[in-house]
Amino acid sequence: MSSSIESLVNKEYQYGFVTDVESDAIPKGLSEETVRLISARKNEPAWLLDWRLKAFKRWQAMTEPRWPNVKYNDIDYQAQTYYSAPKSVKPLQSLEEVDPELLKTYEKLGISLNEQKRLSGVAVDAIFDSVSVGTTMKEELKKHGVIFCSFGEAVLEHPELVQKYLGSVVPYSDNFFAALNSAVFSDGSFVYIPKGVRCPLELSTYFRINAADTGQFERTLIVADEGAYVSYLEGCTAPKRSTNQLHAAVVEIVALDNAQVKYSTVQNWYAGDQDGVGGIYNFVTKRGKAFTNSKISWTQVETGSAITWKYPSVILQGDNSTGEFYSVAVVNNKQQADTGTKMIHIGKNTKSTIISKGISAGHGQNSYRGQVKVLPKATGARNYTQCDSMLIGNQCGAHTFPYIEVGNNTATLEHEASTSKIGEDQIFYCKQRGLNAEHAISLIVAGFCKEVFKELPMEFALEAQQLLGISLEGSVG
Amino acid sequence: MLKIENLTANVGDKQILKGISLTVNAGEVHAIMGPNGSGKSTLAQVIAGHPGYEVTGGTVTYDGQDLLDMDAEVRAQQGIFLAFQYPVEIPGVSNAYFLRAAYNEVRKARGLEEVDPMEFLDIMTEKLKIVEMTDDMLQRSVNFGFSGGEKKRNEILQMAVLEPKLAVLDETDSGLDIDALRIVAEGVNKLKRPDNATIVVTHYQRLLNYIVPDYVHVLAQGRILRSGGKELALELEERGYDWLLETAGASA
Repeated sequence: MSSSIESLVNKEYQYGFVTDVESDAIPKGLSEETVRLISARKNEPAWLLDWRLKAFKRWQAMTEPRWPNVKYNDIDYQAQTYYSAPKSVKPLQSLEEVDPELLKTYEKLGISLNEQKRLSGVAVDAIFDSVSVGTTMKEELKKHGVIFCSFGEAVLEHPELVQKYLGSVVPYSDNFFAALNSAVFSDGSFVYIPKGVRCPLELSTYFRINAADTGQFERTLIVADEGAYVSYLEGCTAPKRSTNQLHAAVVEIVALDNAQVKYSTVQNWYAGDQDGVGGIYNFVTKRGKAFTNSKISWTQVETGSAITWKYPSVILQGDNSTGEFYSVAVVNNKQQADTGTKMIHIGKNTKSTIISKGISAGHGQNSYRGQVKVLPKATGARNYTQCDSMLIGNQCGAHTFPYIEVGNNTATLEHEASTSKIGEDQIFYCKQRGLNAEHAISLIVAGFCKEVFKELPMEFALEAQQLLGISLEGSVG
Repeated sequence: MLKIENLTANVGDKQILKGISLTVNAGEVHAIMGPNGSGKSTLAQVIAGHPGYEVTGGTVTYDGQDLLDMDAEVRAQQGIFLAFQYPVEIPGVSNAYFLRAAYNEVRKARGLEEVDPMEFLDIMTEKLKIVEMTDDMLQRSVNFGFSGGEKKRNEILQMAVLEPKLAVLDETDSGLDIDALRIVAEGVNKLKRPDNATIVVTHYQRLLNYIVPDYVHVLAQGRILRSGGKELALELEERGYDWLLETAGASA
């Protein structure tokens, strides 16, 4: 079995190419001047610059959290470039004006920015390094009153909405990386679904880091007004580089009364090579606030990044609100992930579900860290947590850190956890039926992740399943 | 079809098979009997290519090719099927999906086109009858939560789908009640053809009332002590294994 596996181990990360475009970057380093420079580049109003500067001040007083169960060398924040944009990006009237080189990049990634994408019912915002290079289907969405544009554009065209909700879920003072992001964020996506509107298309943002030594600090803000519904997808890739690159994003979701937001991520940042050289440091803060009768659902498939530090959470503010977290996190080679969720029950009869599937292979270390907190007024709160780990090989690790705080004795909490190992017997059984080792593992893993995959939109589910197969190639033998 | 010569095999440092020779031709049914720990299951696993067993000597030729040189999945694709003594559970993977994946791998190896889920369903409807199973079986996870009898029937269902040239049934009768035993045995008989062969590994003579062997071999202490026709099984039933072991001991 080893010959076929070895050839696959050496298979390249297929998104590892670099696009040759001239970029307009500000000098490396981080100071108040950097923050002002970014804000000026984006022609931002004074209130936003003020907010950034406050965040920057706060950040300077904070220390980097080292409690996650991951190991890495200190990050030199002065060695990063905080803003880089392809030179050709100007305010665009239509996609025809987008640099063909950039369009090609997205084609190569399997993301068509052409309007043909309409067929599959997905609107895409493409973020390249620090800026959005184009958003599709805008006109179609406009008819329904849906706003889907780059964050920068939203600041200029819908300042009242941005000002009202920015930082309302993740304040700039929230944590070290959120503060950093608030100070230097460059672009991201903005979504607003008006009252009672069911967004007719899947909205999707595709993040691409291209420039070297550049951090990507995007900010996404999704607001679903009363009774609205939206399903949002996020995908990410980066070139192969031997240095680590920083990605510190913030995603805020606001689901007003009776609204529903479904947020799905397939994260495939470059993970570094077999020896752990290079790869993205992914330090992300994602949180939603759910008002009365609303529902926020996070689904994530995390296969990339050298380090993942990420806890998509829901504040169950309103009565009868629901929070869900479905996660598959895969680590192979020297990857490390510390990921999970927080469900904060504030309203009455609030409900949360956590399904976490961690897969560890190679020398990977995978930690689930989850908090369920029931506040004193959250009468009738319910949580169900299921946390399963799968080990492939003998060199990897799986860890579980659940934190449960209950302040109301009417709450019902269930927690189930399991750890299993893909055994030689399972693989042999599949091989005896004619399947090779890779096929066997992808099948066993897909079965293990089934409960999460069924939450993903159809086309994403297939992509995720294939991605898992690729991530685990060569993990046995 | 299968020619085993002087085969020896180890688990770790321990030698289990101590020189087995056996020839199986198309159209034949061979029964391998013997007491616990005699190496019966090891022989079955070695034929299927389990990586936990190390072949230390001898040769195995299958259809003129060196079997020991083939990966386990290649052996399966070339028509070798092992019905497991302990079928393995794969949670979350439906029986239908698993069976179709296996079926298509075998078809690909034979230069045939893969079948889509709809075509496959038609094929399954026929195959299910062989083991008297209903199609809700297809939606359940592979062997997960199956009773002992269901697991064994599922093995024979897989055999029916994959249509092997050489089927090795490893203690397929163990843990079966009399009805399940009949269903499993009838399934195997229905699948018998002049161009395929079956090796039945069993502890008891009971199964051989249903699946009638052309040859019976007694395996003990890693060697074949005696070979004969189906009447040998009856003799064993009557006299136990001890008399053979004693004879062997005396001659050793």
